[in-house]
Amino acid sequence: MKKSEFLEELRSKLGGLPKKDLESRISFYDEMISDRMDEGKSEEEAVSEIGSVDEVVDQIAGETSLVSLVKEKTKPKRSLKGFEIVLLVLGFPLWFPLLLVTFILTVVGYFLIWILVIVTYVVEAALLVGSFGSLVVFIGSMVGGNPNLIALGSFFIGLGGACLFIFLCIGATKVTVKLSKAISKSIKSAFIRKGN
Amino acid sequence: MDAQLRRGILDVCVLSAIKNEDSYGYKIIKDLKPVLELSESTLYTILKRLEEAKMLVVRSAEYEGRLRKYYHITPRGLRRIEEFKEEWKELMGVYSFIAEGY
Repeated sequence: MKKSEFLEELRSKLGGLPKKDLESRISFYDEMISDRMDEGKSEEEAVSEIGSVDEVVDQIAGETSLVSLVKEKTKPKRSLKGFEIVLLVLGFPLWFPLLLVTFILTVVGYFLIWILVIVTYVVEAALLVGSFGSLVVFIGSMVGGNPNLIALGSFFIGLGGACLFIFLCIGATKVTVKLSKAISKSIKSAFIRKGN
Repeated sequence: MDAQLRRGILDVCVLSAIKNEDSYGYKIIKDLKPVLELSESTLYTILKRLEEAKMLVVRSAEYEGRLRKYYHITPRGLRRIEEFKEEWKELMGVYSFIAEGY
């Protein structure tokens, strides 16, 4: 790939970045490729050492905060005209519920992702509480002179179950953290790419 | 490695690479290569951060008919390197405490 092609493609895929940031990044990569060519590398070679455009975009997405991307996305390209402000105010009953719904959906989405983890911890807690409850019953029955062996058994079963179940809790948490990270990364990539 | 710790170390590595003489992006990457692999986008982010923190200044100079950006360390940047060395000494003390297994 030629340097100019690489930079053009990069520019189009980084459209979601603030304009100033975008230009300064492009000139940075421009310089990096030129310096490699001055060292005697061919244009193709110099460009390929930087990595593919998609790799570069992913790296930049990983280093840029979602907040700054959303800010750039929602920033009006020009100042608002008088009638647009009037429309915004009049349209409040329309856009405000929409905004609210979007917000609630996002929260619900996160909740759904985490629900499995929450459920595993609830089960873990139930096992522990149940087993210690049984223990209390057993001790109570012993004091009464008539040991309740079923309660003793359910204490051990509950405790054993809790010990095994904790691994499931940890596993589910790890998987979910990974999943949330991947999701946030892909959201950021989408914001960066879909500039204009 | 902890992200914050890594960031701090990378910053000081880049500062050290421009400590003795002004340098430019590709040269910094090459100079640091034996110690750590830096990708272009990581270096860009570090340079921006150091510039905002006024630990280095950027100037453009002509080279072979094009502009190249040179990075020059400021007194604040030099101070950062010294601070880092001090912090690291402290950390090494903690390290030997841990490693000796108290």
